[in-house]
Amino acid sequence: MSITIFVPGDAAALALGADEVAVAISTAAAKHKLDIEIVRNGSRGLFWLEPLVEVITEQGRIAYGPVTVADVPSLFSANITRGGKHSLRLGDIETLSYLAKQKRVTMSRVGVIDPASLSDYRKHGGGKGLELAQSMTSAEIVRLVTDSGLRGRGGAAFPTGIKWKTVLDTTADQKYIVCNADEGDSGTFSDRMVMEGDPYCLIEGMAIAGLAVGANKGYIYVRSEYPHAIAALNAALDSAGDWLGDFQIEVRKAAGAYVCGEETALLESIEGKRGIVRSKPPLPAISGLFGQPTVINNVISLASVPDILAQGAANYRDLGVGRSRGTLPFQLAGNIKYGGLVEVPFGLTLRELLYDFGGGSRSGRPLRAVQVGGPLGAYLPESQFDTMLDYEAFAAIGAVLGHGGIVAFDDTVDMAKQARYAMKFCAIESCGKCTPCRIGSTRGVEVIDRIRAGAHEQIPLLRDLCETMTYGSMCAMGSMTPYPVLSALNHFQEDFQ
Amino acid sequence: MLNTLNAIFAKHRHQPGALLPILHDIQHELGYVPDLAVPEIAKELNLSRAEVHGVLTYYHHFRQSPPGKHVVHVCCAEACQANGSEALANHAATRLLSGDIKMEPVYCLGLCSIGPAIQIDELKLHARVTPEKFDKLMQELEVRS
Repeated sequence: MSITIFVPGDAAALALGADEVAVAISTAAAKHKLDIEIVRNGSRGLFWLEPLVEVITEQGRIAYGPVTVADVPSLFSANITRGGKHSLRLGDIETLSYLAKQKRVTMSRVGVIDPASLSDYRKHGGGKGLELAQSMTSAEIVRLVTDSGLRGRGGAAFPTGIKWKTVLDTTADQKYIVCNADEGDSGTFSDRMVMEGDPYCLIEGMAIAGLAVGANKGYIYVRSEYPHAIAALNAALDSAGDWLGDFQIEVRKAAGAYVCGEETALLESIEGKRGIVRSKPPLPAISGLFGQPTVINNVISLASVPDILAQGAANYRDLGVGRSRGTLPFQLAGNIKYGGLVEVPFGLTLRELLYDFGGGSRSGRPLRAVQVGGPLGAYLPESQFDTMLDYEAFAAIGAVLGHGGIVAFDDTVDMAKQARYAMKFCAIESCGKCTPCRIGSTRGVEVIDRIRAGAHEQIPLLRDLCETMTYGSMCAMGSMTPYPVLSALNHFQEDFQ
Repeated sequence: MLNTLNAIFAKHRHQPGALLPILHDIQHELGYVPDLAVPEIAKELNLSRAEVHGVLTYYHHFRQSPPGKHVVHVCCAEACQANGSEALANHAATRLLSGDIKMEPVYCLGLCSIGPAIQIDELKLHARVTPEKFDKLMQELEVRS
């Protein structure tokens, strides 16, 4: 029997040379006359260990990492295929505290299974949710998802069950399920990891949503910056056969507009138009894609659904704190020593994530500021690191959890420059429909430039402008750009002097 | 070019909202979307030329002129900034001032724990890119082409 060796095909692993390592392993195996099968799994999300090679041995699944091409000959000399001793040997990866301390629910199969194999997916518990959903009424499915307490993981945290109920209760000949995979926030990659590492989980979640609201057509809108995710989804759909019954899914490639992550701009884009934000009402749940009732959910929201069905609502609801139920796959990014994916129930503190998991800064200097929730999220100073990771606790300090992206900066960061960047990014990415966002962002860059040049009397003007953007913009692009700007100004005033 | 366009149109004829998929296919085939294609697309989809032009120019991904032989995307978003992407982008811009490798900024490649990240010609990714590593990669690229 051939020996199974896992070499991740996840984009992050590829960026660190996984393809070259896979080739080197094949060559070395041939030289040693070993019969091996290489599986390109997703990533476990411990990126300082990538490329992380795992081997199925008599001792279990043994990991080695980070493996470079140069390490491969010595790994084979050390009998890697039997789990032999080597300086890169990590043993069973799941016993490493970084993984052992997590509670992987939505991401439980990512990095474990062969993402291209439906049978491997099923062997690891996949498919049970859909099977169950097929024996339930639409109302029962919606009720179960509502009871689980699942809230939209894209950032807005709207209760998923309530959104589904609105679509279910709206009568129409055609309804749609749209997956928002336009993961544009810097510091986020959990959507990408699911699409590359466990695509069937997302697909199953969409099919369940279809049964829940009476939709037979789904779209996955994936950013063009994620070609590997697009390929993984298409490959998975191509080999899904009749697993989904009459539910059809089409993958749509985005085209580099950040604002298309806003749900109505995304719908416009699928319809073949410029990604301009629509006025609400009507809600997409009532009049969405092509004017039809549409469920639009983030990747993680939909990928959480199969497990919620299979394990029951209570199982998910029992995790978390307050009104933030279940888990969130946090993403530790930026200047952080142990960057990666950390799925935990809500309720830890930011400090625990940054230090217990992240190990502090990569540069070795003190962490000074942390941006949580993407480019529209607030910058938190050290004094706020003890904030609990919970939607409401973050809202209470004028911050957001968003999609769970956490970007760390050390003490070399210039926060006035980061504030300027936030305005600049808004100016580049604004769809242009509303004035506060389109023009406010450009004026914001100019005002911050003047402040940085010494015109401190312009600080009240910047605050005024932020107020106008917050209350006058149509969507989060303009109304939340003030979060990073004002938090930088409030907590790091010295950088504006 | 017309044959290419017609083949692409035929593929998407029954797809609702086909404009973006058509533009992607044209750019994939030709490297960019030529001005001459715009009226043809408009005719195919029963849109005005202004509507097609509007969509083509709205999205950062679409190009209206031929790219260099290679395109290097340097991530300039916050997570890479925290790891020195600004210095890398400046270095890349100077390094690639002449020659047929073109640099474009990109706002997030989803490699936020291992920045600064770059992407060469869509599919090839590199992480923890220092200016020295960047020069080495560009040399390899120049040798190959």
